[in-house]
Amino acid sequence: MRINCPICGDRDRREFYYLGASDYLNRPAEGDLDAIHTYLHIRENPAGVTKDLWHHEAGCSSWLVVERNTSTHEIHSVTLASEVTK
Amino acid sequence: MIDLIAKSAADGLLPVTIGSMTLTELPLREMHSIAPFKGAKVSAALKKATGVGLPDVGRGTAKGGVEILWTARGQYFLIGATPPKLSAAITDQSDAWCAVVLSGESAPQVMARVCPLDLGRMGEGDVARSLVGHMTAIIVKRADGFEILVFRAFAKTLVHELREVMVSVTAQAALPD
Ligand SMILES: [Zn+2]
Repeated sequence: MRINCPICGDRDRREFYYLGASDYLNRPAEGDLDAIHTYLHIRENPAGVTKDLWHHEAGCSSWLVVERNTSTHEIHSVTLASEVTK
Repeated sequence: MIDLIAKSAADGLLPVTIGSMTLTELPLREMHSIAPFKGAKVSAALKKATGVGLPDVGRGTAKGGVEILWTARGQYFLIGATPPKLSAAITDQSDAWCAVVLSGESAPQVMARVCPLDLGRMGEGDVARSLVGHMTAIIVKRADGFEILVFRAFAKTLVHELREVMVSVTAQAALPD
């Protein structure tokens, strides 16, 4: 498996650390307990396209949003997390 | 004041020559990490003070004995000079790294076994942050081989890993077809 880092280019999976669903980018407002519960614990588990956060740990240190297909293992897009949260 | 003797990271371990390859340690150099603050332009000030400006992503710039390597997103290493005051986070990392050069005909085969980079795509002066075995490393393609920098504490492990592979690659090359 290879991930095309927007900064470094096409790199081996060994250089990356997987965090989890890109939902982590959408932190709810403080005090809204239901929203925080959902944010922390409720996840889709799709057979298909999903968006995850990966860290180019042994590379440029960027956080990336990787859109991939869990059925076909295709990677559709890789975006800098900083561009997504803007 | 007591005059302490500087000991390099791979002191007593290098150089080694195995088959067509040599692994040598580079002498201790002054090293600073420079992470420009958001939106700050520091290249011109650096160039004025050290003779070298910031390189592009994945590259290094050098002049005389001074060099700047791109080492991560928004981070550079200035080697061989003291940085001026800049709008950047600067940390002195002299003595915190071990730098070695692997040279010789079979050096690419050795690197291919320990490093996941597409080394064939790297040209002279290209810089990448990647892995050597399980160690994070900075890898610079030089005219005569690969310069590898790892944290100083990994010096012994780095030499051990590279030695093993140098022996193995050399032994394999000597086998009859
Ligand atoms: Zn990267």
